[in-house]
Amino acid sequence: MAEMKLLVTFSRKTGRKPIIAQAVKDTGVLINVERAIIDSSDGEVLIDVPDEQCQLVRDSMAGLGASVRILESRIRFNESECVDCGGCISICPQEVFSFDPEWKLVIQEDKCILCGKCVPACPHGALSLQL
Amino acid sequence: MEKSIDLINQRIRDGNARVVTAEEMPGIVAELGPEGALREVDVVTTGTFGAMCSSGAFLNFGHAEPPIKMERIWLNDVEAYGGLAAVDTYIGATQQSETRGDQYGGAHVIEDFVAGKSIELRASSRGTDCYPRRSITTEILLEHLNQAVMCNPRNAYQRYNAATNTSDRLINTYMGVLLPGSGNVTYSGAGVLNPIMNDPKFRLIGSGVPTFLCGASGMVIGEGTQHSPAGGFGTLMVTGDMKAMNRDFLRAATMHRYGVTLYVGFGVPLPVLDLDVVRSTAIRDEDIEVDLVDYGVPSRTRPSVRKVSYAELRSGTIELGGEEVRTSSLSSFRKAREVARTLKSWVEKGKMDLALPTRRIDPARQARPMHESLTTPRVLDIMDRNVVSVSEDDDIRTAAQKLLKGETNHLPVLGREGKLVGIVTTYDISKAVINPGKAKVVADIMKRKVVTTVAGEAIDVAARKLEVHNISALPVIDSGQNVIGMLTAIDLGKLFGGRWRK
Repeated sequence: MAEMKLLVTFSRKTGRKPIIAQAVKDTGVLINVERAIIDSSDGEVLIDVPDEQCQLVRDSMAGLGASVRILESRIRFNESECVDCGGCISICPQEVFSFDPEWKLVIQEDKCILCGKCVPACPHGALSLQL
Repeated sequence: MEKSIDLINQRIRDGNARVVTAEEMPGIVAELGPEGALREVDVVTTGTFGAMCSSGAFLNFGHAEPPIKMERIWLNDVEAYGGLAAVDTYIGATQQSETRGDQYGGAHVIEDFVAGKSIELRASSRGTDCYPRRSITTEILLEHLNQAVMCNPRNAYQRYNAATNTSDRLINTYMGVLLPGSGNVTYSGAGVLNPIMNDPKFRLIGSGVPTFLCGASGMVIGEGTQHSPAGGFGTLMVTGDMKAMNRDFLRAATMHRYGVTLYVGFGVPLPVLDLDVVRSTAIRDEDIEVDLVDYGVPSRTRPSVRKVSYAELRSGTIELGGEEVRTSSLSSFRKAREVARTLKSWVEKGKMDLALPTRRIDPARQARPMHESLTTPRVLDIMDRNVVSVSEDDDIRTAAQKLLKGETNHLPVLGREGKLVGIVTTYDISKAVINPGKAKVVADIMKRKVVTTVAGEAIDVAARKLEVHNISALPVIDSGQNVIGMLTAIDLGKLFGGRWRK
């Protein structure tokens, strides 16, 4: 089953509505929270939802005052700088990086949650984030 | 049976030498036996591609008109050595840019030269009768240089200890990013393909021996600095013509919060002269062990967590304390293979004659640590032994009085057994006074996670703790968690003028 990554941003200034929980309750869709940064004024949450229920979740959250956008981009990889060392492999919490049998670096972009931990771990500056 | 170097060179020139990589050799020896492998194989090629910080290049610019004796020299704002008279310099790989910090350094200058990019040379001089010019700024290309000779004092480490971090803080090291709580393991080295690992007695690798260096043909100068083969850490000093190098085998890099380094591709073709060579080139990743070292301990003598082989490291995970921990390589095995395969094709095509050392490298040396004529100050030399402490059951007012009377801003908090259980600062007490709530006793407001030091710790290590945790005092504890002193930012002032030595 294909999954879609949604970046949900909301303001907490207008109140502290439980947006994620409300959306789960209203839609009945089981949402996977991959990453959440919430402070006193704003929240930014990266969630995983099944493809076919994506629109349902988007509409529900938008109705609750959040702005939702589909995250198409993943970690940006500059192949000409990569030397296939593998410095990124053990740093990534999602196991996005691995070697093929010829020791070439393989990137499974769909697993990426854009946490950015690999960016400084690459000695060759081959990885970058563009949100 | 033995084969002479002349016979092997004759076969190379005739185009019928049998050349294999060091990765293929163990299988051949297993299949044909040592005698059979000796008959079959003439040359074993090795290769490695990884961060080799102790690298750099001698450059000669030719004379300007009017001429200058360059005394301070910058290449793209990276300072190069100015003590080589007139128009020579040495650019070291790890020297950082004065304007771009660790994002650009000597390694990048070398890579940019090799990539054909233009580099700004800036130099100054006091001016002499024979060299009147005081300054120069010019854009130069690699082709404009008379000589560009890479000369790396310490390359091709035989093996390298793997790294982990048992501390509770993420650390950035030359072994890469190390996650807290042994969250990952990093390692470096080509293992089975490593040149010295395939000739650990230095019978074949020595002064004058031809090599692959960053895509060019190079040469071994002799033993590298820090050469310490007695413990399994031999190194080589190597050289090669930068003008013939290729960016595929030479890359500048930045280890996050450590600095700039140069990734170097290096390999040596080894002539298979006798059974000893067959046996040493039959080495496998399984046979090469290193220590897994705890970089969470900031000392030269970091403790080893366990022994680990390159085969285990390369498998992707190793077992550590009952858990599977993922490994990351910092060197590229794919590129190391490319080096060994390129070298193989050079020898097969007769592009490279082999040679035996004109001077042997000592296979039994042991590098010594630095001789330090002045002892490094330790915490016990400057700590305040007059400790004002407070008990966790004391009233907050008592703590406030002690802070005032003791003229200090930090009070270590002792538990019922007199051991350290927390710390309170003037800030914590002021906060409790301004927001009077339920807090009554010290235990209600103290910080329980205390960063501490011990009497024997080097001051530099303790000072770095203050900096990293953004605090201004460290309780000094003994092995029983008793507070025997306090080290504050004020005590660090005692270091000036050598007063700590009295």
